[in-house]
Amino acid sequence: MRVPLSWLREYVDLPATETGRDVQAKLISAGLEVETVEQLGDGLKGPLVVGQVLTIEELTEFKKPIRFCTVDVGQANGTGEPQELICGARNFQVGDKVVVVLPGAVLPGGFEIAARKTYGRVSHGMICSSNELGMGDDGSHGIIVLPPETEVGKDAIELLELVDEVLDIAVTANRGDCLSIRGVARETAIGYGLPLRDPALLDVPGPNAFGYPVQVSDPIGCDRFTARTVTGLSPEARSPIWLQRRLQKVGMRPISLTVDVTNYVMMELGQPLHAYDRNLVHGTIGVRRAEEGERLVTLDDIERKLHAEDLVITDERGPIGLAGVMGGAHTEIADHDDVENATTDVVIEAAHFDQVAIARTARRHKLSSEASRRYERGVDPAAAAAAAQRTVDLLVLLAGGTADAGVTEVVTPSAPHTLTVRADHPDKVAGVEYGRETVVRRLQQIGCDVYGQDELIVTVPSWRPDLLEPNDLAEEVIRLEGYENLPSTLPKPPSGRGLTHRQRLHRRVGRALAGEGYVEAPNYPFVSEQVFDQLGLAADDPARRVVKLVNPLNDEEPALRTSLLPGLLGALRRNDGRGSHDLALFETGLVFQPREERRVAGHLPVDRRPTEEEIAALNAVLPEQPRHVAVVLAGAREQAGWWGKGRPADWADAVEAARVVAREAGAELIVRTGQYGPWHPGRCAELAITADGGERVIGHAGELHPRVLKALGLPARTGAMELDLDALEQVGDGAPQAPSISTFPVATQDVALVVDKPVPAAEVEAALREGAGELLEAIRLFDVYVNDEQLGDGKKSLAYALRFRAGDRTLTVDEASAARDAAVALAGERTGAVLRG
Amino acid sequence: MSAPNKSYDPVEVEALKPEEIERMRDEALAAFAGADSLEALQEAKVAHTGGTSPLALANREIGALPPHAKAAAGKLVGQARGAVNKGLAARQAELEAERDQRVLVEEAVDVTLPYDRVPAGARHPLTTLSERIEDVFVAMGYEVAEGPQVEAEWFNFDALNIGPDHPARGEADTFFVEGPDGGSDSGVVLRTHTSPVQVRSLLDRELPVYVICPGRVYRTDELDATHTPVFHQVELLAVDEGLTMADLKGTMDHMVQALFGEGMKTRLRPNFFPFTEPSAEMDMVCYVCRGESVGNPDRPCRTCSSEGWIELGGCGMVNPRVLTACGVDPEKYSGFAFGFGIERMLMFRHNVEDMRDMVEGDVRFTRPFGMEI
Repeated sequence: MRVPLSWLREYVDLPATETGRDVQAKLISAGLEVETVEQLGDGLKGPLVVGQVLTIEELTEFKKPIRFCTVDVGQANGTGEPQELICGARNFQVGDKVVVVLPGAVLPGGFEIAARKTYGRVSHGMICSSNELGMGDDGSHGIIVLPPETEVGKDAIELLELVDEVLDIAVTANRGDCLSIRGVARETAIGYGLPLRDPALLDVPGPNAFGYPVQVSDPIGCDRFTARTVTGLSPEARSPIWLQRRLQKVGMRPISLTVDVTNYVMMELGQPLHAYDRNLVHGTIGVRRAEEGERLVTLDDIERKLHAEDLVITDERGPIGLAGVMGGAHTEIADHDDVENATTDVVIEAAHFDQVAIARTARRHKLSSEASRRYERGVDPAAAAAAAQRTVDLLVLLAGGTADAGVTEVVTPSAPHTLTVRADHPDKVAGVEYGRETVVRRLQQIGCDVYGQDELIVTVPSWRPDLLEPNDLAEEVIRLEGYENLPSTLPKPPSGRGLTHRQRLHRRVGRALAGEGYVEAPNYPFVSEQVFDQLGLAADDPARRVVKLVNPLNDEEPALRTSLLPGLLGALRRNDGRGSHDLALFETGLVFQPREERRVAGHLPVDRRPTEEEIAALNAVLPEQPRHVAVVLAGAREQAGWWGKGRPADWADAVEAARVVAREAGAELIVRTGQYGPWHPGRCAELAITADGGERVIGHAGELHPRVLKALGLPARTGAMELDLDALEQVGDGAPQAPSISTFPVATQDVALVVDKPVPAAEVEAALREGAGELLEAIRLFDVYVNDEQLGDGKKSLAYALRFRAGDRTLTVDEASAARDAAVALAGERTGAVLRG
Repeated sequence: MSAPNKSYDPVEVEALKPEEIERMRDEALAAFAGADSLEALQEAKVAHTGGTSPLALANREIGALPPHAKAAAGKLVGQARGAVNKGLAARQAELEAERDQRVLVEEAVDVTLPYDRVPAGARHPLTTLSERIEDVFVAMGYEVAEGPQVEAEWFNFDALNIGPDHPARGEADTFFVEGPDGGSDSGVVLRTHTSPVQVRSLLDRELPVYVICPGRVYRTDELDATHTPVFHQVELLAVDEGLTMADLKGTMDHMVQALFGEGMKTRLRPNFFPFTEPSAEMDMVCYVCRGESVGNPDRPCRTCSSEGWIELGGCGMVNPRVLTACGVDPEKYSGFAFGFGIERMLMFRHNVEDMRDMVEGDVRFTRPFGMEI
């Protein structure tokens, strides 16, 4: 809501020294979010005067038509001689009154005016457009042409009210009353402790039987409908400058006198109004719900198919307006230019519609108007008659119309809203002792009627339909007493249990991976469905089942991720493209897996706690949202430098990242040969855990498939790992157990075993471990050797260092050798390993 | 070795003449002094202390002397040999020290060489800032609560007093999830704030409830320098008997002091949120200029644009309707809630100029933040 300070001053006698910024501060502390204070005409300096065009000489030798004019500016130029001016606009003729800026003046934006030679002539100033004067759009697309009665030589800065301050207020959804100058003026008056001159306090004639006939068939949707008629409007009448200027300042474009007047009164009082051309309305005006399939062309020339819940205004032929949202095109007030069909008689509607009905209609038709915005947020029903009266008065005054004596008012009687609140309730909410007297005074200030002692009976004013409950009243008291005066106290929460296991693991995993050189890169979860093809997923891969959005930001990416890889690989590519080639990135985040059976989440009641079953049913509709962890790597894992060669990132780094994560989780991770979509079929590790008596695959790691790299435009040999962190957390050990540390000497034995190449080292090691028995303290693979000549085709040699130790004695060489032999024997049995000779 | 000869006169044995012994000793010492390397010293050592050295030979002669002369000669030779060995050891030590000195100098390295063999990793500042804030409250006794990001509308809106026709619902810029068979009505959305976690906390936990709910939220804003459709909030909820707005303010004052230092404070401005009543917008005093840039053109402040205050987030007393929907008796309990965006705080706390830097995952942006902030 834009509020010109000059307009505000009409209802509140603010001290002359108060600036827009002062008022802004007052209103902000009272709870109105005044975002900016616009300084209209900032830096503007005259002379800027009214002139009358005497002669126009068309200059045709230039690229565009130019006019050389002489303009009578009275004595404003000091000589009384006609002012010679060059002008590029064409929307005026000899005799028109225009705005002339004379040499020596400064226009907004620091534009200094001097006599200067242009188009072969000397222009002593210029004829102004509204844009040049910082007035906003007046729809003329040219210079300002003033009404003919404007006096020549008059100061235009004052005439056009060019210097003003406009407060721009972001009105919250509960304060419909502040979508009007009246409402903001009331808050200003309270803030300054000054009286308010309420513009809605007008003498309004009572309803009678000879007003325009109105039939309200839906008293719930429309509890008040006032109709007034004005006849004999002059088709030539135009909105006076002051009215146009006020509309411009609040951000509206002047259109025609009747429309301007209804807009003006809406801005002033907050009551949306509609004017129908009486000669285009047939018979009784009705208010009812639309019939399914009915159609209406609204003022924006769009034909709308109506819904049975839409409230419509009708005449005897059908809908003539979408109630509270937008009028119909058929009964529209004629434009000034349309002289033949000029509107001379109008019916004014000032009605009050149900908030919810209007909100739904506006949403359904995606049609938010100044009227619907106000009805949705609450309009003062008691102001309708005054608003209609104000409109009638202005039309009579400005358009020479005659007010019809008929006054129609259809009102569904309703009691004002009254609630009971303890006098100390605001004190308890705020933690401040205001006392009853203050509470009552503040409530009265905002327009409440208050009775009672400890229990207050409060009747809220008609313009504050948002005040429904005790806390609403508490807020009014506290804000007027000043939020800034609230004390600062600290409550004493009970002792907490700290972070959960899952939360601590999440942090640890992040730290561990960062410690390994990975940089965290959280990504948006939006993905395309094509990405699953690019990742090489099988047609029936469960990861292809996605949660989709109705209104994605990007139509290409309507789905939510089922894997972290698309986003993380995107980040890798982005970094690579920006010149960082040695990359190790990680992400932890939720993925979204739809339920087998898709259902709609119901709407539970809000007037009680939902039952456990209701909550469970709601949760059962939501997708599974486990937390995953993923890494991607490319380029060098270790850089080359003065110390020697670097080392490229490879599949082993990706697998190791999984082990790092598992270590943090204290979980036993099974790493075995695997094959899965995005990964290189020969360089993919399957990551599994033992849970509930069985093994469960929770992720993969290794080098990505060359086809995937190509499809996604990734560097060669890019590696990746992804696993389900929540699943890993489930199987993690709680507290590690301390090993017993033997201080007897160690016995070390090395063995080299020859196996077939496809035999996984993990299996050989597992067999060695088991075979060696409990004397084995540690085992480490220290070399893998492949040489077809020495070992034979398809063989590899695995060299292990075995460390034996007993807890109670020094091992003899024989004991250690026996354990080693047992280990080798079991490895031979399980994997065909042969001791290398 | 020659046999003892009782008639032998030591004076007549040339080698045992005292001046001879002295000469041998001096020659040895001179040779040691003259040795300029450990190798040369080794040669001199062999020559002057070895089995065939003059003094060794002289020593051998002692045996041939008559018994009465043996003692004197033995003493003479012994003293000379002692002096020689001492001289040798001294020279040995000297030369070894010289060698060590030389070798250590040769082994010296340039310790300023860089060692970025495996460049450091880092955690994202949005993560670490969120944790930092969590820790402030965990230390006070709060617990960290989490919830789903794809959320039922009932949790995201209805239970928070944002009914189906509430204007705020239309203004929430919500991402809607497709329903069964691609229908547009599923009753499920991407959560537009972390507030549904408040509702879940009240439903799940025993009273009193003191929780902090950090997490990702979603709104249909295009990514630009100041907006992102995916961002992070931290929300706080306290529900207990007798909580007041003063408690809310005190808690927030504590938080900004913990995060920005001593003397920090907050300011409340009235606002409207459906889930709190009364509601407020919360500002904190600018931690850079502490308000001193206001009306002081000589000391402009970039962080707060010389406003003196930085907008932090929304807060208020939990609307009794929300308590009712969660089965909490509003007659007995009251609560406060507070929420704000982590991105915004990161921007002003760490001078991030463009929102896109936080979402693009550029390692050049993230690395400097390290493990904690």
